[in-house]
This record gives sequence, structure tokens and C-alpha cells, in this order.
Amino acid sequence: MDLTTFLQNCVTGISLGSAYALIAIGYTMVYGILRLINFAHGDIFMMAGYFTIFAISNFFMPWYIAIPFVILATVILGVAIEKAAYKPLRESPRMSIMISAIGVSFLLENLATYLFTGLPRSFPKLGFLQNVYQIGEISAPIVTFITPVITIVLLFVLIYLVNHTKMGMAMRAVSKDYEASRLMGIEINTIITTTFVIGSALAAIGAILYFSPRPLVYPFSGVMPGLKCFVAAVIGGIGSIPGAVIGGFAIGIAETFLVASFPSMTGYSDAFTFVLLIIMLVFRPTGLLGENITEKV
Amino acid sequence: MVLKKSTKLILTTVLVALSLVLLFLLDEGIIGSSYTVRIVRLSFIYALIGVSMNLVNGFTGLFSLGQAGFMAIGAYTVGVLTIPVELRPNVYYLKPMAGWLVNVDVPFGVALLIGGLFAAIFAALIGAPVLRLKSDYLAIATLGFSEIIRAVIANDQLASITNGSLGLKSIPAFDNIFVPALICAGGIGIMALMINSTYGRAFKAIREDEIAAEAMGINLFKHKELSFAVSAFFAGIGGGLLAVHLTAVDSNQFKIMVTYEILLIIVLGGMGSITGTCIAAFAITAGKEWLRFFDADFFIGTWQVPFFRPGLRMVIFSLLLMAIVLFYRKGLMGTKEFSWDGIFTFFYKLKNKVMKIGKKQQKGGVPNEQ
Repeated sequence: MDLTTFLQNCVTGISLGSAYALIAIGYTMVYGILRLINFAHGDIFMMAGYFTIFAISNFFMPWYIAIPFVILATVILGVAIEKAAYKPLRESPRMSIMISAIGVSFLLENLATYLFTGLPRSFPKLGFLQNVYQIGEISAPIVTFITPVITIVLLFVLIYLVNHTKMGMAMRAVSKDYEASRLMGIEINTIITTTFVIGSALAAIGAILYFSPRPLVYPFSGVMPGLKCFVAAVIGGIGSIPGAVIGGFAIGIAETFLVASFPSMTGYSDAFTFVLLIIMLVFRPTGLLGENITEKV
Repeated sequence: MVLKKSTKLILTTVLVALSLVLLFLLDEGIIGSSYTVRIVRLSFIYALIGVSMNLVNGFTGLFSLGQAGFMAIGAYTVGVLTIPVELRPNVYYLKPMAGWLVNVDVPFGVALLIGGLFAAIFAALIGAPVLRLKSDYLAIATLGFSEIIRAVIANDQLASITNGSLGLKSIPAFDNIFVPALICAGGIGIMALMINSTYGRAFKAIREDEIAAEAMGINLFKHKELSFAVSAFFAGIGGGLLAVHLTAVDSNQFKIMVTYEILLIIVLGGMGSITGTCIAAFAITAGKEWLRFFDADFFIGTWQVPFFRPGLRMVIFSLLLMAIVLFYRKGLMGTKEFSWDGIFTFFYKLKNKVMKIGKKQQKGGVPNEQ
């Protein structure tokens, strides 16, 4: 692998990793507060892809109106899912709420197949984002270069939000102790809704950035990125926002280099992520930045 | 209401005999069509796979989502070992079958057992790291392994064994309906015996409270591993039966969606109920076929009913899953099992209720007439 190919792979890997990071933040925040794997998160991401297609290809919106529209639509979807499928089950056993999350995922996939047909649809061009840009010998669409920048900016905004605002303090309190924070007068439902708003908005941005360099969206295109991003959140330490970003980058870069260095292993690139998950869970179940939690009897 | 033991025995014998007669009539083509036979066969297979998943999820309380992967192992083993030797060059037309395997042709029963054993061994191997995980992590890890199995099977490097992404075809079909029906009934019977043994009690103890179970001297790892491996064994057998039922397998048949559909079956039947799972397997499999008209264009006169187009059927099933989880979490049976006492008590209560309503109406009806 010469230097140009190496750098080219770096750029692709970092870009893919930052899109993963944005989705992984959604998983990690919901898990931190509700202790629930939001199985539907990958499908919310897929729906955001479809929303973009509709906004631009069907309603002919310019990209600067389309992007806020997609974010808004995704946020509404995410919050609606929380209200309809998770809120009624707050007090039920863990397994019920997990089945509910799987049910939502199953529903969104089937709904997408029904509404948009199972045929893949091409992702539209978003203004200048797909113009090919060249730095030295590396060429890639502009979106590949700006994705990491957007991710880092959003990461810092989010860290500020969580560490320095009242809402963020409430979020941290809820994730530490659900019952006690409720007794302290924190509006649990507002906090959870906010979490879903942030998670869905980031999933929407992630979807635009992830699908832009890729040609097609189909009803199951959210499954694999969704699972990988959950793995990213686990590797980074579930509940930790910087951890999710590190995990996202790690998986994106590792995957790109695996495919580039061993082309015959392409079929295993998805499997590789799960091998990584198992290794991580066996040797460091709390992830890179996670805290150790012991189970109380 | 409690029935005498002999009455129950007679009722059970009658029910079993009736089912066998029904199967015989179906098999001979006296009632139903070959289409009905296919549905009944598929229902039996799904009942077996459903109970195997319920063993882990409903009885041991481990949220495992790896069933599709274990089914794939069983299906491919049966496929590879039973395709007639003379047809193999046609199936493996891109890459010939591996030399050491090409003349290996074993009877269906043996192939099925080998498939189940492979699935069980694989489950035992991955169980060692995976079963230490808590609920959500376990779900994701098993889901991941199920995807890994699919990726490995579909990969070109294994094409001389699994035929890669082309899938297998020309698997000899069932001669009659009794073979799959009896294998499934037998498998479910074995699992039922296991659940009612000391092992089953240990499983249920783990489900109710892991820490308390450990304190009572139950070896957590051993029992979880046992439950997981037995479940994988029967999922493998179910997968093998599915391969023979369809006479063709393809790695795309074992996507995550399959696991979700089986989850729908056990949630509808009740997590922790064998008979509930069987009833739900028949209801869902038959329902899926009978609701096919939702997927086609539907006309009343010349007016085309809106919303009827491909995909609606599965939307309805996913809504059903959501509705059960949100409003009727116990499913059909909860953790109860079918029993004659239960049935009779139910009808007895129903009769009393009807009579009470009747009496009330009589009382209420008189003043109005005056």
C-alpha cells in the first residue's frame, strides 16, 4: 500500500467513522438513561435517508431547506416512537421493553418496504456536497472531508450541553440514578424526550453524511450500520459520549483498512465488527471510557 | 374444576388420535390441497423452532437472538449432505464441490442429527464468552453471531462446501407429512420433558432471579450453556427440516427478520409456555398465508381498495407484535400450559357467566313489560 492509497483510505475511514460516531451517540445516550438498546435507532437512521430522498427528489427542496426538514422529520419520528412504544413500558420488565424496541425496528423495516417498495432508491445529490475535491493526490467528495469536522463540532456542542447546562446536569443525574433523580424533582419524561430529540437529530445528520457518498437506500440499509454503531458505543464504553465517538472512529477506520488490505475478506467486514465486540466484552466489558457498575442485590 | 386422571388420559388419547387421522387425511389428499399440507408442515417446523427459542428466552430468561444462525447451520448441513450425488455438479456449477465431500451422501435422518449437533457445538463454543453477558449485550452478541454465520456461509471462500451466495437446491423433499410432524412433535416432547425435570426448574430459577439461583447452589454457567446448546440443537433440526421443506436454501433466508418472526410467535404464545408457542406457531404461519390477499391489489367491483399492495401483510404482523407487547404482554397463555382442567374451568365459568347474564335479563326484563 503506497502513501497515496494509505491517505485515501485514512480519509474514507475517518469519514465513515464519523458518521458511525454520530449514530453511536444516539445509542449511548438512550442506553445511559433508559438502560435500553434502542434497536430501532438504525431504522430511524434509514428513515432519515428516505426523508432526504423525498425532500430533494420528490419535493425539489434546495439542500439548505431539505436538511432542517429531514432533521425535524426524524426528530418527530424518534420522539413519537418513544412516546408510543417505550413510555408505556417504563415500569415493565426489561425483556418487554426490549421486545418493544425490536418490534419498532421490525415495524419500521416492514413499513419502509410497504411505503417505498423494497427496491433500492438512489440517494439524491445535496448541493455542493458531492462535488469532488482534491487535496494533493487524494480526491473525494467534499462531504467526505467535512463529515469529521461536523462530528467533532457536534461532539463539543454536546459535551458542553451535558456538562454545563441544567438540562445536561439533569441527564447525568437520571443516568446515575433513575429513582433518586425523580425524587429530586427532575422531570424524567422531559429528559427522556430531550435525549431522543438529540439522538434522532444526530441520526438524521449521520444519515445525510453516511448516504451522500453511497448511491442507494433500501429498507434494510439501517440494520448493519445500526448494529455496528451499537458495537461502537459498547467499545467506547456505553453511556459515554466521547467514548461513542472514539468507538465510531475505531470501527470506521478498522473496517476501511480491513477491506482495503485484504480484498478477499470483504465478505467478512460485517463479521469483523462482531468479533471485535466479543473480544471487547470478554476483556473489558465496560468499554474504553465506561465506568464499572456492580450489580446490587 | 379438576377432572379424573382417567378422563384426562382418554381426552388426550382422543386428541392425539384425531390429529393423526387429520394428518393422514391431509397426506392422502382427502381433505385440503397440497397447499394446506405445505402450511401444516411449515407450522410444525415453526412450532419446533419456536419452542427451542422459548427454552432460552422464555424459560431461562436469556434474551438470545441467534436462532436464525443456528437454523442456517442445520439447513446447510442437511442440504450439503443429502443432495443426490448425481445432481451435485448441477448445483455446484460455478465452483465444484470439495473432493472429500462430493461422494458423501448420508440418509436424511443422520444428516438432520449432524446438523443439529453442529448447531449445538457451535452454540456451546460461542456460549462460553457470550453467556457471561447481561440481557442487552447478550441480545446484540447473539444477533452478531447469527450474522457472522450468514456471512461465512455466503462467502466465496467456502463455496466448495456451501456453494457461496448461489445457495443449495435439489434437496430431496419429504415423502409424507408424518416425517416432519413426528420429528417436530418428538423434539417438542423432549424439550417439554427437560423443562419439567430438575434442569427445567433450575432454568426457571435463573429466569426469576439469577443471584438468588446462584445462592441456592445452581451452577449458572452450566445451566445457561445447557439451555443454549439444546435450544441451538433443535433450532438446527428445525432449520434442516425447513431446508427439506423448501428443497432449497439460500443464506438470505436466514436474515435477522426470521429471528424476529419467531420472536413474534413466542411473544404471541406467551414467553414460557410450550403449548402457547405451538398454538401461536400454527396461528401465525397459517395467518401469514391466509392474509396474502393484503399483498395483492384488491378490487370491490371496479373500485380498487387503497393500501392493498405488497408489504402490507408484514406491516400488520409487526403491528400485531407491538400490540401484544404494549397491551397484552402475557400473550395467549402467559407462562401457563394447556390443560384439560383449564379448558373445562374456562367453559364452566363461561357457562356460569352466561347464566348469570340470562338471569339478570330476566329480572330486568319483567318491569319493562308491565
